[in-house]
Amino acid sequence: MAALTSEDILDALKQQFPFDISFAESYGMLTIEAPREHIIDVLRFLKEDERMGYAFLTDICGIHIPADVNKELGVIYHLHNWRENRRIRVKTFTRIGDPKVDTATVLWSGANWMERETFDFYGIEFTGHPNMTRILNVEDMNYHPLLKQYHLEDATRTDKDDRFFGR
Amino acid sequence: MSVQKWQNIGPDGKTHTYDSIEGELATLNLGPTHPATHGIFQNVLKMDGERIHSAEPTIGYIHRAFEKLAERRPFNQITPITDRLNYCSSPINNIGWQLTVEKLAGIQVPKRVDYMRVIIMELARIIDHLVCNAVIGVDTGALTGFTYMMQWREKVYEMYEEVSGARLTTNIGRIGGFERDFSRAFHKKLKAFLQDFPKAFKEFSNLLERNRIFMDRTINAGPISAERALSYSFTGPNLRATGVDYDVRVMTPYCSYEDFDFVIPVGESGDTYDRFMVRQEEILQSLRIIHQAYDNLPEGDYHAEVPEYYLPDKEEVYRSMEALIYHFKIVMGETPIPKGEVYNCVEGANGELGFYLVSDGGRTPYRLHFRRPCFIYYQAYPEMISGALLSDAIITMSSLNVIAGELDA
Amino acid sequence: MSNVKIGEKPPGVEGQGFFATSLDSLVGMARANSLWPLPFATSCCGIEFMATMGSNYDLARFGMERMSFSPRQADILMVMGTIAKKMGPILQQVYIQMAEPKWVLSVGACACSGGIFDTYSVLQGIDKVIPVDVYVPGCPPRPEQILDGIMKIQELAKNESLRRRHSDEYRALLEKYNIN
Repeated sequence: MAALTSEDILDALKQQFPFDISFAESYGMLTIEAPREHIIDVLRFLKEDERMGYAFLTDICGIHIPADVNKELGVIYHLHNWRENRRIRVKTFTRIGDPKVDTATVLWSGANWMERETFDFYGIEFTGHPNMTRILNVEDMNYHPLLKQYHLEDATRTDKDDRFFGR
Repeated sequence: MSVQKWQNIGPDGKTHTYDSIEGELATLNLGPTHPATHGIFQNVLKMDGERIHSAEPTIGYIHRAFEKLAERRPFNQITPITDRLNYCSSPINNIGWQLTVEKLAGIQVPKRVDYMRVIIMELARIIDHLVCNAVIGVDTGALTGFTYMMQWREKVYEMYEEVSGARLTTNIGRIGGFERDFSRAFHKKLKAFLQDFPKAFKEFSNLLERNRIFMDRTINAGPISAERALSYSFTGPNLRATGVDYDVRVMTPYCSYEDFDFVIPVGESGDTYDRFMVRQEEILQSLRIIHQAYDNLPEGDYHAEVPEYYLPDKEEVYRSMEALIYHFKIVMGETPIPKGEVYNCVEGANGELGFYLVSDGGRTPYRLHFRRPCFIYYQAYPEMISGALLSDAIITMSSLNVIAGELDA
Repeated sequence: MSNVKIGEKPPGVEGQGFFATSLDSLVGMARANSLWPLPFATSCCGIEFMATMGSNYDLARFGMERMSFSPRQADILMVMGTIAKKMGPILQQVYIQMAEPKWVLSVGACACSGGIFDTYSVLQGIDKVIPVDVYVPGCPPRPEQILDGIMKIQELAKNESLRRRHSDEYRALLEKYNIN
């Protein structure tokens, strides 16, 4: 079949899903944004539909944008279609007071640790995940470090004076 | 806990039932400091005699917060951090990062830079695969191969010292090219390496490749099927050992890889022997690429003409006002990186090493996420070793080439 | 003339068929040349250690042919690489399990002081959890520097008093780290 263009993909998505899907294209990669209640349906469509074919999950990561009120926390999925060498970026955002997104482990086993890392860094809980615990930081850490309001350095360190280290 | 028969999901994704030998499960803690786990990660194993029933890995013992650190550092100061991801082949990480920034800023580099980058990256791939295969030998008890091959790592270190000044964590190259052209000493050393290394590598291959004991140890140790590997987002030699020929250098060529003629080796069953052999063959293919790149190295500049990103020559800085200003701005980190987001990937020694960079136009990235292949494929480890003997589990771990820096970042 | 350099004799009384010296110097000499290291290699410095162990910068000529991975049988704890806060208690456990006399060599900027990783998850120097004898800075240090650090440990081992490990000062040092 002929290779699909970005317009074809967007038309297919608009036909399949009644809700609003915004899109952009940057540096050769199509980026779509879907609401978080339907994110797994969108991902499943992208993975399993014949024409879409984004069967490979490249990466899942999180992002925190404090300036976008009510859409501060985001989860960003990168998918890859190997047959036609197309990549797509799928974003979904949620409010910082309600950081819950459905898990993608139902579609790909590799999403397991990627989502644990996103939870560890941003506090986004993935409902339905088999083991939603921290993966890289110590278990009893009580904050999620990559959120923008936290410092990089450990505030309790005694040997480095912030005045001299330009913090 | 008392079990008579136990079940778990085998490496082919199907449920297997085993007869219990001991009648109950014992817990064994493997790591985090263990000589055979090359890197610090822990596995709590539940064992029935010598067979592993299940494993629970714990990582994060060397979590250094690269992603948070990168939000603090200007773009050209992030190169040293990328070094420490897969530190056995750091030039690949460095050049991958520089390619990402060049993609975002829209910088075109001359052809010579591309070929130089290819030579450096393939040398890094060779030494990473060398150390992985030598260590598979060590874990089966064959220490000679390790001693032979570490010597060749030294030869490549000398070449890196010529270009960047450092042996291991090279911080090689700059946004827009290299900091200096290949010196005469580099050419001499590269020619000597290309001449002498194949013979030494043949000695190493003869030690292990068709060695009865090695084959008995590694065939059917830690297999994984292609479907399960794809579901776990495997890339790199571990995926190619299962039979899937995905290679970023061929799928989305970068750095003029489309000019070179090379083969992607694939295995069949995804077991340890296949992973070992895929890496062996990739070393030979990398040598082939280096020959082609070196013989056809084009003339030209070793860096792009981008004074806003690339430090000017020191003589110019002392003489001309523009060069002084550019020098000041680059050192202070005020490089004009446009607002936007980009995902760029290179074929690292372990698989697809991706950089997801979100920039808000400031002097440091807004968000930088590393797609680290080790982190992604290590989650399949419990499935690969369930039902296996403990010694097979050790071999499987070393054949996966898990580098702790890339695992935890 | 052979160009083999004979090592220095410790001060003592010499006669026909005997050589009398203090027990300290004899034991020190024996210890210094037969140390068994425990390579606690965590990250990039560990790869430079592998290069040091290799045939180019041979560590075996210092008497360290056998790497002891069991802390009970090791003399030097060589900490090479970044120690994260998650790893700190484990490092202290390994140190406690070592038998006296023991020395600690901190290789690399990360082990000495946290290195370039001034972050929330990295221990800013292993001397926050265990007492250190020799620091080898570098990122990563060249094998020659690591060998220099090892030679300094050998000097320490050679000149150490036999009573040091039972002295009050040493006990106070361990108390500071909550190691009893």
